[in-house]
Amino acid sequence: MALRDWPIKRKLTAMLVLISGLVLLLTSAAFAGYQYWSLRRATRDALSVRGRIIAANSTASLAFANDADARELLSALRADPHIVAAVLYDKGGHVFARYPASIVGDLVPAAPGPDGYRFERGLLIGFQPVEETGSQRLGTLYLASDLGAVYDTFRLSGVIGLAVMAVALLAAYLLSRVLQGTISQPILALAETARAVSTRQDYSVRASRLGSDELGVLTDAFNQMLGRIEDQNRALTQSQDELQRYAADLERRVEERTHELKERNESLRRNAAELLAANTELDAFAYSVSHDLRAPLRTIDGFSQVLLEDNAAQLDEAGRESLHRVRAASQRMGTLIDDLLKLARVTRAEIRTEDVDLSGMARDIAAELQRATPERQVEFAIAPGLKARGDARLLRVVLDNLLRNSWKYTAKQPAPRVEFGPVEANGGEAFMVRDNGAGFDMKYADKLFGVFQRLHSAAEFEGTGVGLATVRRIINRHGGRIWAEGAVDQGATFYFTL
Amino acid sequence: MNPGKILLVEDNPDDVALTLRALKSHNITNEVIVAQDGAQALDYLFGAKANALGDELPAVVLLDLKLPKINGMEVLQRIRADEGTRLLPVVILTSSDEERDVIEGYSLGANSYVRKPVDFVEFTQAAKQLGLYWLLMNRAPPVSRRP
Repeated sequence: MALRDWPIKRKLTAMLVLISGLVLLLTSAAFAGYQYWSLRRATRDALSVRGRIIAANSTASLAFANDADARELLSALRADPHIVAAVLYDKGGHVFARYPASIVGDLVPAAPGPDGYRFERGLLIGFQPVEETGSQRLGTLYLASDLGAVYDTFRLSGVIGLAVMAVALLAAYLLSRVLQGTISQPILALAETARAVSTRQDYSVRASRLGSDELGVLTDAFNQMLGRIEDQNRALTQSQDELQRYAADLERRVEERTHELKERNESLRRNAAELLAANTELDAFAYSVSHDLRAPLRTIDGFSQVLLEDNAAQLDEAGRESLHRVRAASQRMGTLIDDLLKLARVTRAEIRTEDVDLSGMARDIAAELQRATPERQVEFAIAPGLKARGDARLLRVVLDNLLRNSWKYTAKQPAPRVEFGPVEANGGEAFMVRDNGAGFDMKYADKLFGVFQRLHSAAEFEGTGVGLATVRRIINRHGGRIWAEGAVDQGATFYFTL
Repeated sequence: MNPGKILLVEDNPDDVALTLRALKSHNITNEVIVAQDGAQALDYLFGAKANALGDELPAVVLLDLKLPKINGMEVLQRIRADEGTRLLPVVILTSSDEERDVIEGYSLGANSYVRKPVDFVEFTQAAKQLGLYWLLMNRAPPVSRRP
C-alpha cells in the first residue's frame, strides 16, 4: 500500500514513532560518540598512570642492570589481561626486558618510538621515559594494550542504549496510539459521516464535535453544510414531488381529454355517417316527392278542369264552386311541395363561399318585384356597398324571401317603404330589412322561423310558412344568426349576421 | 304545320289523357304515339314496333324521366348514341325540376327541359307552346331512320 493511501491513524502513529526513533537515534549516536571518546581518553590516562608507576619502579633495575627484577616487575602486568605487550629499553635503546617473555615480532618495536601515548593499529601504545628523579634518563618503557576494555564498556552501554531505545520506541508507539486519537478521531468521525452521506444519501446525520480546535471548526462547518444540503434537498424533493404530482395530473388530464376527444370523434364520425345517411335519404325522398307527389295533384287539378269544361252544364253553382276549391287546394299543395323542396335543397346544398354584393343583389330583387307587380308603388331604400362572404345563390334566396315578405306585408300600407341596410348588433356587423307593413306581435316572434308557422291567415296574406324557415336555415348554415322585431301594424325588422 | 308525329313517352295514363287533351284543345292534330315505358319507346324507335312510325322518325319526342323498366335518361342516351336518331329533337317533359335532372338531361343532349305545372290551365298553355314551337316554328334537322 502506498504511503499516501495509509489510514490516517497508521500515518500519525508512524509519524510519531519515526520522529521519536530519529530523536532517540541522534541522541544515542551523540552519546555513544561522546562515550567512545571519553573511554579512550580514560583508558589512555590509566595506561599512562600505570606506565609512570612502572617506570618509576624500574629505575633501580635499569640503573643496576638487573634484568631479573625488571622481568619480575613487568610480569606484574599479568593482572591486567588487556596489556598485550610491555618492553623496557635501556639507555641505548636496546631491549632490556619484555613481557610476556615469549613475545616477538611486531608487538616488540626494535627501538623506542617518540614519547607519549597513542592509538596505533587497533592498539593503545605508549612510550614512557624512565628517569631518575630530576636527573638523567635511564631508558624507555613501552606498553601496548588492546582496546578490549573500551569495547566491553562500549558494548555494554550499546546494549543498554538499544534496550532503552526499544522501550522508548514502544512507549512512543503506545503513546502515539493513544494521542493520535485526538487528531484522527474527529477526522475519522467526519469521514464516517461523509461516507454515510454519500452511500445512504442520508443528509440528516451529523458529525459529532470532539473539541473546539480547527477540527471542531471543520466539523461545525461540515455540519452546517450538511444542514444546508439537507434543507435544499428537502426543498428539491418537495418540488420534485410537486412536479411529479403535476406531471401525473397532466398525464391523467391528457388521457381524459384524449379519451373524451376519441369519444367525441367517434360520436362525430357516427353523426357524420348518420347525417350522410339522412342526407342521402332526404335526397331520395326529395327526388321522389318532386316526381311522384306532384303527378296526382296534376291529375286532380287537370280532371277538375276537364269536368268544369266538359260538364259545366250538368253542374250547379255549388258543384262548380266545389271543383274550384279542389283545384285551388291541389295548386296550393303543389306550391307547398315546391317550397318544401326548396327548403330541403337549402339543407343539402354545398356552400361555395365567395364575395357577394348584397346591395346589388337587393336592387335586382327590388326591380324584379316592381316588374312583376308594376301597379304597386313601394319605396325602396337600399344602402350601397354592402358586401358579405357566403354562397351567392343561397344569400339571394335569403334576400329574396325577406324583401318579398316586406313587399307582400306592406300591400295594405298607403305609403309602403322597404329598407335594407347595415346595423350594429352585439358589437358586430349585422344587416337589416325593415318595412312599415303589417308587422307582427312580439309574443309570436319565436314562431316566425318555424316551418309551416304563419302569423297571418291565407286570406289576409297568402304564403306557405316555409320561406322564413328556409331563410333561417341558410343563415345558420353560414354560421350566422337571424332575429326579428316588430309590432302589429307598426312594421317589422329582420336582422341577420353572416 | 309539320305533319310529323309526336312520340309521347309517359307511363301515367292520367298525364297521357291530359296531354292529349291539352294538345287537342289547341288544335294540334298531329298523330301522337304513346309509349308507356322506356322499353316501349325504344321499341318504337329501333325495334319491333318501329313500323308504327313508318319510315319517318317523329318530329319531336316528349320524354318523361321516371319510367318503368328503362328510365328517361337511358332512353335519351340510346337515342343520342344511334347514328339514325342522333339529331332527333327530344323535349324532357316531367314533374320534377331537380337541378341534377336538368343538368343530366342537357348533358345527355336534350333539346329542351319543361316541367309539367300542377295547374291544368298552365299545363295546357305549356302543351300549346310546345306544340307550336316544335311542330311549327322549329326547323327540324333532316333525320331519317334509314339513312
